[in-house]
Amino acid sequence: MQTTNIFSFHGGIHPPENKAQSLTLPLGHPSLPKELILPLSQHIGQSSRPLVNQGEQVLKGQAVAINNGFLSSFLHAPTSGTITAIEERVIAHPSGLSDLCIVIEPDGNDCWTERKPLDDWRRISKTDVLSYLAEMGIVGMGGAGFPTQVKLQGAHKHPLTHFIINAAECEPYITADDMLIREKAEQLVLGIEVLQHLVEADQVIIGIEDNKPQAIAALNNALAQHNNTIQVAVVPTKYPSGGEKQLIQLLTGKEVPSGQHPADIGILCQNVGTCVAVHDSIYLGQPLITRFTTLTGDALKAPQNVEVLLGTPVKHLLDYAQATHKKISRLVMGGPMMGFTLNSIDAPIVKTSNCILAASKKELPAPAPEQACIRCGMCEQACPASLLPQQLLWFSKSQEFEKAEHYNLFDCIECGACSYVCPSSIPLVQYYRHTKSSIREAREAAVKSDLAKQRFEARKARQEAEAAEKEAKRLARQKTSTQKTEGKATETKKATPAAETKTAIPDESKKLKVDIALAKNKLKKLQKQLVEAQENEHVEEINHLQLQVTEQEKTLSLLEQQLEKMATTPAEKSTKAAPAPVNEELKKAKIDVALIGAKLKKAQKQLAESPDDNELKANVRELEKGLAQAQSLLDRLTSSTAAQKADTPQKASSKPTVNDDLKKAKIDLAIAKAAVKKVEKALKKAEELKAPESGTLRQQLQEAQQRADSLEKALSNPQTQSPATEATKSNASTDESAAQKEQIKKQKIASAMAKAAINKLKKRLAAEPDQAESIQQEIAAAEKRQQEADALLAQLTQSQDTM
Amino acid sequence: MALLRITSPHTQRAGRRTSWVMLMVILATIPGIAVQSWLFGWGTLINLAIAAITALLSEAAVLTMRRRSVAFYLKDYSALLTAVLLGIALPPSVPWWVTVTAVAFAVIFAKQLYGGLGNNPFNPAMVGYAIVLVSFPVPMTQWVGASDMVSSGSMLSLSQSLQAIFHHLPSIDSYTMATPLDGFKHKDSLSSTAAFNSIASLKGANLNSWLFINGAYLLGGLILLALRIITWHTPVAVLSSLSVISGVFYLIDPNHAATPWFHLTTGAAMFGAFFIATDPVTSCTSNRGKLVYGTGIGILIYVIRTWGGYPDGIAFGVLLMNFAAPLIDYYTQPRTYGHKKAKKGLTIKEDN
Ligand code: SF4
Ligand code: SF4
Repeated sequence: MQTTNIFSFHGGIHPPENKAQSLTLPLGHPSLPKELILPLSQHIGQSSRPLVNQGEQVLKGQAVAINNGFLSSFLHAPTSGTITAIEERVIAHPSGLSDLCIVIEPDGNDCWTERKPLDDWRRISKTDVLSYLAEMGIVGMGGAGFPTQVKLQGAHKHPLTHFIINAAECEPYITADDMLIREKAEQLVLGIEVLQHLVEADQVIIGIEDNKPQAIAALNNALAQHNNTIQVAVVPTKYPSGGEKQLIQLLTGKEVPSGQHPADIGILCQNVGTCVAVHDSIYLGQPLITRFTTLTGDALKAPQNVEVLLGTPVKHLLDYAQATHKKISRLVMGGPMMGFTLNSIDAPIVKTSNCILAASKKELPAPAPEQACIRCGMCEQACPASLLPQQLLWFSKSQEFEKAEHYNLFDCIECGACSYVCPSSIPLVQYYRHTKSSIREAREAAVKSDLAKQRFEARKARQEAEAAEKEAKRLARQKTSTQKTEGKATETKKATPAAETKTAIPDESKKLKVDIALAKNKLKKLQKQLVEAQENEHVEEINHLQLQVTEQEKTLSLLEQQLEKMATTPAEKSTKAAPAPVNEELKKAKIDVALIGAKLKKAQKQLAESPDDNELKANVRELEKGLAQAQSLLDRLTSSTAAQKADTPQKASSKPTVNDDLKKAKIDLAIAKAAVKKVEKALKKAEELKAPESGTLRQQLQEAQQRADSLEKALSNPQTQSPATEATKSNASTDESAAQKEQIKKQKIASAMAKAAINKLKKRLAAEPDQAESIQQEIAAAEKRQQEADALLAQLTQSQDTM
Repeated sequence: MALLRITSPHTQRAGRRTSWVMLMVILATIPGIAVQSWLFGWGTLINLAIAAITALLSEAAVLTMRRRSVAFYLKDYSALLTAVLLGIALPPSVPWWVTVTAVAFAVIFAKQLYGGLGNNPFNPAMVGYAIVLVSFPVPMTQWVGASDMVSSGSMLSLSQSLQAIFHHLPSIDSYTMATPLDGFKHKDSLSSTAAFNSIASLKGANLNSWLFINGAYLLGGLILLALRIITWHTPVAVLSSLSVISGVFYLIDPNHAATPWFHLTTGAAMFGAFFIATDPVTSCTSNRGKLVYGTGIGILIYVIRTWGGYPDGIAFGVLLMNFAAPLIDYYTQPRTYGHKKAKKGLTIKEDN
C-alpha cells in the first residue's frame, strides 16, 4: 500500500454534507416487501428479455431476464416467489414514465437456487470470466448502470495505466458507499483483485474523500491483510470529486479529452459497489440482487443505510425508515446535486439507486425566483469543467446555439455546481439541458435538410441522365423508323445509319462518361461522408447517408448501363458498316430527318409544357409533315441503295447477326415502349388540362403503340426462325442471372456493411458507456438492416439456384 | 402528497443571493465613507442620501413603466449600490442637481434602458459620473480640502454643507482646494520636487488625507475579497499596471513624473480598483479576461491622469475598457476540461 499524488481540479463547491444523519444507525435490512418490481431496463442499453412467464415460480437468484443483445444485462429474482405479472409499472427514471417490469410476489422462503461460484477465475480465460459477470447481471452501480463486462472489454482498447475505484461519494447526503466499505472492505478488496486480474492495469487506486475516516481505516485494514499493490488515495472533500472525469484528474492529473472516454487514455473507473458485486458473484455465486442504499432526509425519523433487495418499492423503504409522509415535499433518487425527483413512491429500487432523499420543504425549499444574471462569475469559479456558465446562460437565453457550442456547452457535466452558487438563483443546468437538446434537434434537422438538398441534386442529375438517354433514344428511333419502312433488316441498312450515329454517339457517350464520372465522384463523397458519420456516431446521418449512397449507386449503374449500350452500338455498327458507300443524297435526307425530328421533339416538349399554345401546335403539325416527307424520301433512297447491295454480306455471319439483330430489336422495342409511355403520359396530361390537342396525342399514341407492336412481332419472328434462338434465349437468361448476381452481390455488400456497422457500434458501445442508449438503438437498427439484407440475399440466391 | 418534480440540482447555497452580494459591496464602502466624512465633512453623506433617494425613485419609475415588479427589483439593491458609488465619487460640495443628474442618468439611461440589471454594457455609476464631469466641470473639480490647509482653516459644518449643496455658499472657495492629482497636473513646468514644495494641494497634509481614504477603500476591498464577492484579478491588475507604468515613467523622468506611490494613494485609485472596476456586469468574465481588463484600466488611468484633460481617469478608463470587455472575453476563454487549448475568438472550428 502506497500513497499517491493528489492533483486538483478547477472549481468545485462545498455544499453542506448532511452525511451524518444516515450514519447514526447501523446498516438496516428491511423485511421482504409484498411485491418486488424488477424493471427490465435497469442499465444502459437494451432492456433485458424476460425468461419467465406470469404465474411461474422462481427461486432466489434465478435468472428472470437475459441480456437482449450485446449491451444489455441479466436480471435475477431477488427472492423466491411467483411471477405475478409482467407489465408496465412506474419506474425510477428522470422522465417519470412507466416501463415494463417483472413483478414477483415473494413466497417468504427466500429459497436460493443453486449457486455456482467461479472458483477457478484465475485459470479460465478472461472472456469466460467476463461472460460469467454478464450472466450475473453486474452493471456499474455508481450512476449510469453500464454493463460491467462491456466496460471491461472496452478497457482493452489501450493498455491501462490506471484502474481507479471510485469511492469518493461526493454528493451530499449519500453514505451508501461509505457504509459499504465499512461493512465489506474485505469483499471489496477481493472484488478489485478479480477486476485487476481481468484488466491488468499498471496502478490500482481507490479514490476516497477525506470525510470518510472510518471507511478509510477499514480499507487500509483490509489492504494490509491482503498485502497487494492497491493504493488508497484520500482526496479532499469537494463536490464533484466523485465525478468520473474529476476523480481521474484528481488521481492522475490527466484530463479525459473532450468527446472521448477514460479508456482512450488508458484509465478504467469502477464504483466500489460494482467491485463488491463482482466479489459476490465470483466467490459466492450470487448474482446482483441487492444493493446498499441510503435512506435519508428530514422527513424520515430513522435515516439509515439499508441493504435492500432490488425491486423493493420506495414506499416500503420509506415506511421502514419511519417516514412522515406528509413532510415529504421532494422525493429525490440520488443526491441533491444530480439526483432526480420521483413522482411516485411506488417506484422500485434498481441496480443504480444509491440514495432516497425524502426531503421536507424546509430542507429543499422550492427554488427561489430567478433574478437577472449579474455576471458575478461565481458560477465560473465553481465550474469543474472550466466553462463560462454565465456566457452559456446568455447564449442559451438568446438561443445562439453556435456560440453556446463554441463555448463548449457539451463539455458541461451537469454537475449543478454553477446553479448551486448562483446568487441570482438561476437554474443554469436546466437552461443547459434545454439548449443541449435543442442543439441536438437542430443538428438532426440540419442533417435532414442537407440530405434533402443532396437528394434534390441527385434527382437533377438523374433527370439530366434521363434527358441524355432520351437523346440517345431519339437517335435510335430515327434508325428504327428507317428500319421499319424498309421492312427487312439488312446489313446495309444497318451500315447506313452508322455513318450518322457514329458522329452522334461519341458525343453522347462522352457526355455519359462525364456524367458517370460525376456520379462516381459524388458516390465517393457520399461514402466518405457515411464513413465519417459512422465514425462520429451521428445516428440520423448514417441512415440517411446510407440511403443516399444506395441511390447514388443505382444512378451510377444506370448510367454505366447506358454507356455500355452506347459503346456497343457504334462498335457493332462500325464492324458491319464497312461495305457501305453512302450515297450523298441519302446522307442529306437523313440529316434532314434528324433535324426535323429534333425540332419536332422540341416543339412537342414545349407543347407539353404549355398545351394551349396554338402556334406551337401548328408548328408541331408542320414539323410532323416535314418529317414524314423527309422520311419517305429517305426511305426511298435507302431502299434503292439497299437493293443495290442487298445480298453481299448478309449471310456472312448469320449467327451473330441474328443475335445482334435480336438485341437491337429488343432495344428498339424498349425504346418504342418508352415512347408509348411518354405519349400516354402527355395524353393524360393533356386530357387533364382538357387541351384540344389530346386528339393528336391520341393518334400519336396509337402510332407509337403500333410501332411497338410491330417491333415486338419482329422480335418474336427472328426468335422463332433464327437458328440462334437457343443462343439468344440462354443469352437472355444469362443476362437475367447476371443481373441477379449483381443484385446478390449488392445485397451481400449491404449485409456486410451492416455487420461492420454493428461491430463498430458494439466497439463504440464498449468505449462509450454514457451514450449506450443511443448506441443500442443504432445497433438495433443496424441489426435490422442486416437481417433485411440477409433475407433478401437468401431470396435472391434461392431464385438464382432455381434458375 | 404532492411531490415536487424538478430537475437537479435541488439545492442552492444558502443566503448568498444577489441582494446579499450588492449589500455586501455597499457595506464594504463604509470604512471609506467614514474616513471621507471625517476628513471632508458632511458633504459625502448628504450626497449619498440624495443619490440613494434619486436612484430608488428613478428605478421605481422605470420599473413601473416597464411593468416590472418594483419591489422585487428594488430589493436587489443594485440601484442603491449605483447611488452609493456615485455619492462617494462626486465631490462632497457638489450642488444637489449634479448628483441628481448623475444618478438619474446612471439608473435610467445607463442601466434600465439597456434592459436593467445584468444587461448594461457600461458601468452605470461611471456613465453618470462622466456625464456630469463633462457637463459641469467646475463644481466637479472643486474638492473640499483638508481642514487645516484651506484658507478658512476648518471643515464645512453640517449647515454649511447643506447650504453648499442645496443653495449657494459664497464662501465655498475658502473650503475647497485642488486635489493632489489636480495640483500635480497643473504644476506645469515645475519639477516634481519643486511642485511638491510649492503647491498647496501637494503638501503633506492633503496627501495624507487621500492616503487615508485610499487605505480605507483598500480595506473595504479586502473584505470583498475575503467574502469571495470579487476575485483578486481585476484590482490586482489595475493597481499593478498603474504602478508599473507610473514606475517606468518615473524612472525615465523622475523630475516630472510622479512616483507610483503617489498614483496609488491619491484620487480614486483604490476605490476604482476594488469597487468600480470590479463591477461584474460590465467587466470581463473569465479570470484571464479580468487580468487584461484590469491592466487596461490601470494604463488608461495613468494616461488620462498624465496627458488627458481630466485630473482623474478612473471613470473614463473603466468606460473605455467596458467597450473592450466583450472582445477581451472572446479571446480569453478559459481552457475547458478535456481540451488541449483554450478557444480564441468566435471562429467556430474543430478543436482537438
Ligand atoms: S453565478 Fe449566476 S449571477 Fe453570477 S455570473 Fe453566474 S449565472 Fe450570473
Ligand atoms: S453544470 Fe456544467 S456549467 Fe455548471 S458547473 Fe457543472 S459543468 Fe460547469
